[in-house]
Amino acid sequence: MLDFPRWKRIWLWSLLLVVALASLPSLASLSGVKWPEELPDPAINLGLDLAGGSHILLEADTSQIGAQRLESMEESVRTAMRTAEPSIRVGDVSTNDGRLSFMVESAADVDRARELLLPLVNGTGMVREWSLSVVDETRFVLTPTQQGLDAALDQAMDSAKDVIDRRINAIGTLEPTIIRQGENRIVVQAPGQQDPEALKALIGQTAKLEFKLVDMNALPSDVMAGNAPPGSQIYPYAADSPNAGQFIAVRRLGGIQGDNLVGAQQGFDSRDNTPVVNIQFDQQGAAKFARLTTENVNKPFAIILDGKVLSAPNINEPIRGGTAQISGGFTVESANQLAISLRSGALPVDLTVIEERTVGPDLGADSIRAGLIAMGIGTGLVLVLMFFTYGRFGLYADIALVLNVLMIMGIMAVMNATLTLPGIAGFVLTIGAAVDANVLINERIREERRKGRPVHSAIENGYREASRAIFDANITNVIAAMLLFLFGQGPVKGFAVVLVIGIITSVFTAVTLTRMWVAGWLRRTRPADINI
Amino acid sequence: MKLIKLVPDDTNIGFLKWRVPFFVVSGILIAASWALVLFQGLNLGVDFVGGQMIRTTFVGQAEAPVPQMRETIARLGYGDPIIQRFGAENEASIRMKLPEGSESQPDLANTMADRITGALRADFPGVRIDGVDSVSGKVSSELFRTGLLSLLLSMIAISIYIWVRFEWQFGVGALFALFHDVSLTLGFFALTQLEFDLNIVAAILTIIGYSLNDTIVVYDRIRENLKKFRKMPVPELLDLSVNETLSRTVMTNLSLLIALVPLLFFGPASLFGMTAAITLGIFVGTYSSIYMAAPLLIWLGVKSDSFVHTTDGPDKAERIARGEVQT
Repeated sequence: MLDFPRWKRIWLWSLLLVVALASLPSLASLSGVKWPEELPDPAINLGLDLAGGSHILLEADTSQIGAQRLESMEESVRTAMRTAEPSIRVGDVSTNDGRLSFMVESAADVDRARELLLPLVNGTGMVREWSLSVVDETRFVLTPTQQGLDAALDQAMDSAKDVIDRRINAIGTLEPTIIRQGENRIVVQAPGQQDPEALKALIGQTAKLEFKLVDMNALPSDVMAGNAPPGSQIYPYAADSPNAGQFIAVRRLGGIQGDNLVGAQQGFDSRDNTPVVNIQFDQQGAAKFARLTTENVNKPFAIILDGKVLSAPNINEPIRGGTAQISGGFTVESANQLAISLRSGALPVDLTVIEERTVGPDLGADSIRAGLIAMGIGTGLVLVLMFFTYGRFGLYADIALVLNVLMIMGIMAVMNATLTLPGIAGFVLTIGAAVDANVLINERIREERRKGRPVHSAIENGYREASRAIFDANITNVIAAMLLFLFGQGPVKGFAVVLVIGIITSVFTAVTLTRMWVAGWLRRTRPADINI
Repeated sequence: MKLIKLVPDDTNIGFLKWRVPFFVVSGILIAASWALVLFQGLNLGVDFVGGQMIRTTFVGQAEAPVPQMRETIARLGYGDPIIQRFGAENEASIRMKLPEGSESQPDLANTMADRITGALRADFPGVRIDGVDSVSGKVSSELFRTGLLSLLLSMIAISIYIWVRFEWQFGVGALFALFHDVSLTLGFFALTQLEFDLNIVAAILTIIGYSLNDTIVVYDRIRENLKKFRKMPVPELLDLSVNETLSRTVMTNLSLLIALVPLLFFGPASLFGMTAAITLGIFVGTYSSIYMAAPLLIWLGVKSDSFVHTTDGPDKAERIARGEVQT
């Protein structure tokens, strides 16, 4: 128990030194000292509850993904049938119950149609995205598979995360954290004093831009009543547009999407100087846009953003340059925001804010200062009590306790962990455990001495007997911490992280290190009696 | 240097003599706690019921003008706010239900927060908005469920570990002691109506940790003494074990209190509820280790030879060889 060969001592000291050194940058930043830039600076992140900032939890509307896939599948199927040689006539297309079904008019075409559908349903990846079946000889039914939906959701969430990333960086948010959580959630965290409203306005906008032809044949009375003619859809005008409150019918298919953009800037209309957004299509988008405008000169088309019509201008002449101007009752600010959103791409899904927490930076700074002072006073008093209770042994315990704090901070810094308020509770718990370990050991040594054991064997016994309870107590705490980490959320997780780190370091400092120091002192002085 | 001795060497207090009355008292306290929780209810924060919480500080003022604040906010037509002082006299928190329909339209919650903070700033120029939390019903019920789940799972896992390391009676005893501690803490929150939020869950976990520490230290000594004094009656042996570990119990808990009390009085307001719970938990946890965890062993029928055949291999093999234990 008390045997520490030289190699072991060197090893323990170097481990201690390395870990404790890693806490210095964090200590420096907490106390306001500037850390030299040329040195590495692993530091503990302060959670939003301590440092201030915004935390926004977004959830995606997953039902949309199915509907979108169904719609694009319908387009693909129609195109494939139309462009076949000779073309295959289909009818009775329906997208009810989340399935796409249609009939091939001539039974002779069924095999050919199946050939054409196979590459569409199998997709590009490893999973089969749709299951294909033929009923009543000529009716095809395409049902999306669960794997296909899951994969699509996963992909959509990944790209949503990228889009948010680009948007947030575009407004110069400092050190944002954007992570996916679970299947359909994204967490956005922005530390410090930043405008959470601007952040949310930017994230909340799906920015799905569509250009669709206006259905000129729809009766105004039908449109007002919400009855769309076959092949058309009814859209409301945006609240900010001059036609707010009105509705318009547009052709469902054959429009183009605004996702082939290379640029979008806020500008001003040359005629009336109102804010507009200028967009530039990429080559493919420009070609599509040119075709749409060439084929439909003198007809109006609707510019639709996130399901709301901004405006429905007339196509006066074909637009071949690949640029367009969007107006719709913007302010400079909202035009600017839309430009950023369009530049960074549309969100593949609508995101809803389901949790939002903002902490003012003043409160955070006050909390930290008050918390640190209080913890400093408390720890100081404990150190004094330990020293006056156990003398030399108390002093060893004190040094171990201070090193324990440094080690916890060092490990957290290297792991880039985040300290939150509940984390501080975890800190207090592990410090308590460290104190308790030394109390257990020292009380046991006292007891063994009282029974008349010689110094060396009393100390050895003290460490051995006390270690059993310390071991059991810490293992149970680790078990609890692991479960909390696995099942807990947010703050509870932060608590668990500190607890696990703290339990490991406190056993190391309170048991192993003090034992080494006591053993060294025994070897050097060989005392006949100890004051404990 | 003369060292401090908090507990005299030959202390021998007959703790277990009072086990029945104390057990009754504990039972009453547990029942009262649950009655309070069920009938009075916990003052659940937005973390668990959803809604919006706005924290404010009235900089440079002696106290927060709660009645006037209530008037200002009620005028906005979002219903009556729950306004509480917390921490310093000039700090107040405002709690609102989320407006109808905000599950599908998150803008409504934003607008509400904007209007409330706007109205406060207009009516009270010195106000500082320290934070806004909006939690939807969906998230809050999840937080509630996962919080409860992790609490229950960790208590069960801990008991299983103790069962494996000691004996089943010890596992049950520890579980019961933890149940006692958690119940009383919940009762405390129902009684004081201090806000119960996610941080308090962390505090309860800390209490479980401390209480368990105490219980294990006492149990460890009982295990040791059961092996050492095979003839001693169990109640007497439990008393001996509690007394032998008493100086450690007092010293450790005193240290913890010394560390916590400054945090309670000088620490940040946001930590007050958490620190208060942990401070209470230290007393409750120590008490439950002595008066719940230990006497339960008597009633659950721990015998003087409970450990003779379970703790280590050679002993068991030896007893099997002697035919005392069936394989």
